[in-house]
Amino acid sequence: MVDQNLKRTPLNALHHELGAKMVDFGGWEMPVQYSGILEEHEAVRTGAGLFDVSHMGEFTFRGPDTLRMLQSTTCNDVSKIANGRAQYNGLLYPTATFVDDLLIYKNGDNDYFAVVNASNIDKDFEWFENTAKGMEVELVNRSDEYALIALQGPSSVALLQPLVNIELSPLKYYAFAHGTVDGAKAILSRTGYTGEDGFEIFLDPEDVTRVARKLIELGAKPCGLGARDTLRLEAKMALYGNDIDHTTTPLEADLGWIVKVEKGEFNGRDVLQREKAEGPRRKLVGFEMAERGIARHGYPIVDGSEEIGVVTSGTHSPTLKKAIGLAYLPLDKSAPGTEFMVLIRGRETRARVVPTPFYKRAK
Amino acid sequence: MSTPEDSKYAKSHEYVHFDEKEGIGTIGITDYAQKELGDVVFVELPQVGTQLEAGDELGSIESVKAVSELFSPVSGEVVEVNEALAEKPELVNTDSYGDGWMVRIKLSDPSEMDELLMNAEEYEEYIQTEAGH
Repeated sequence: MVDQNLKRTPLNALHHELGAKMVDFGGWEMPVQYSGILEEHEAVRTGAGLFDVSHMGEFTFRGPDTLRMLQSTTCNDVSKIANGRAQYNGLLYPTATFVDDLLIYKNGDNDYFAVVNASNIDKDFEWFENTAKGMEVELVNRSDEYALIALQGPSSVALLQPLVNIELSPLKYYAFAHGTVDGAKAILSRTGYTGEDGFEIFLDPEDVTRVARKLIELGAKPCGLGARDTLRLEAKMALYGNDIDHTTTPLEADLGWIVKVEKGEFNGRDVLQREKAEGPRRKLVGFEMAERGIARHGYPIVDGSEEIGVVTSGTHSPTLKKAIGLAYLPLDKSAPGTEFMVLIRGRETRARVVPTPFYKRAK
Repeated sequence: MSTPEDSKYAKSHEYVHFDEKEGIGTIGITDYAQKELGDVVFVELPQVGTQLEAGDELGSIESVKAVSELFSPVSGEVVEVNEALAEKPELVNTDSYGDGWMVRIKLSDPSEMDELLMNAEEYEEYIQTEAGH
């Protein structure tokens, strides 16, 4: 069943021991589920779930030209990140389309690190190397030096606090701090990909299995990529390769809040300025099915014989108990309430644009 | 869970439990299949009265993760569909050989039970080799 050529995270043995169903995820052998997607999803919405996201990439950037280099190839304003804070950003080609989406963390002046998608590590690193040519930036790929786990859900603080040497409550959303977890050196980041409160915890690969066991023992439910996908989709968080890629711009992807054209010159700025003025030609919208059926990634959206859009993500929402998804539609068909037809295995099925996110946690 | 001895099995992981007196086969998916699919959230079934040849598409099963097609292991006419699955699709996961059945078919050629399908022992060997690919 398991392909020997797949890459493995430091938690691989634990996944097998816990009876996870393992799949090939972009060249990594990763757990798709343990007890079941619905149960794992529910645990994160009501308690706490633990995810292995060690496959993701980590780069560090240092040197006098670091800020200038990062600004030149991203659309959000890196200069606005305070020390100890993280920012969601888009790494862009000159066409304003995505090389990747990423989180950029600021340690101090000209001292940053980034977390990138697993399947894009090599591409992103090469992109940064090329961007940094002729500049003084020390760029290091540290993806193998970090294990990364995500503890997500409303009980995360209560569950994690007894194990750490810092106060977690004052740590704001999208802030991070250095500390220890069960004695192991860690970076604790109040971030996640589920729409819930929680932490992403960077650890030494040597320590991660012990820490993960401890968190599970304290009540965190092991969760796989299946639940991660339903959770992030309910929160309308984009997935690279599904909702955004090298053909989509941040404005098309409805990520206008990370587009700061006023920050100065950067890759794709002219395209984004034009899209801002004229409107992008298509827009990523949330939808729910108005008839039975689940529209999944890649299903065409049709108007008569014409293909007018495409579904980028779709699933059964465990929280809302209905079929939801994301799709690109022409701008004039993207307003909430607009109905359209998705081709589900050859059959036209009615769907409706709805406001997003589908799920927002109570504050 | 052991594979029930009183049913026959298709390579596409449907079972047929045949009532010889009535000439009716009850069809659903195997325990192995429901585990592979994960949480089932929607089952699309044919209308009563639909005529099917063995191997025809019978419907589809949506799990949270993916969709998979359901094929008719035998030929005949659909005489009943499990209406309970509309409200409780999870019965496919919790009781695939019992309350999670999908359709009942009046077999047009009962000899297909022996000619086309595997017995429990053969099916178990089959899933061993499939799982080991």
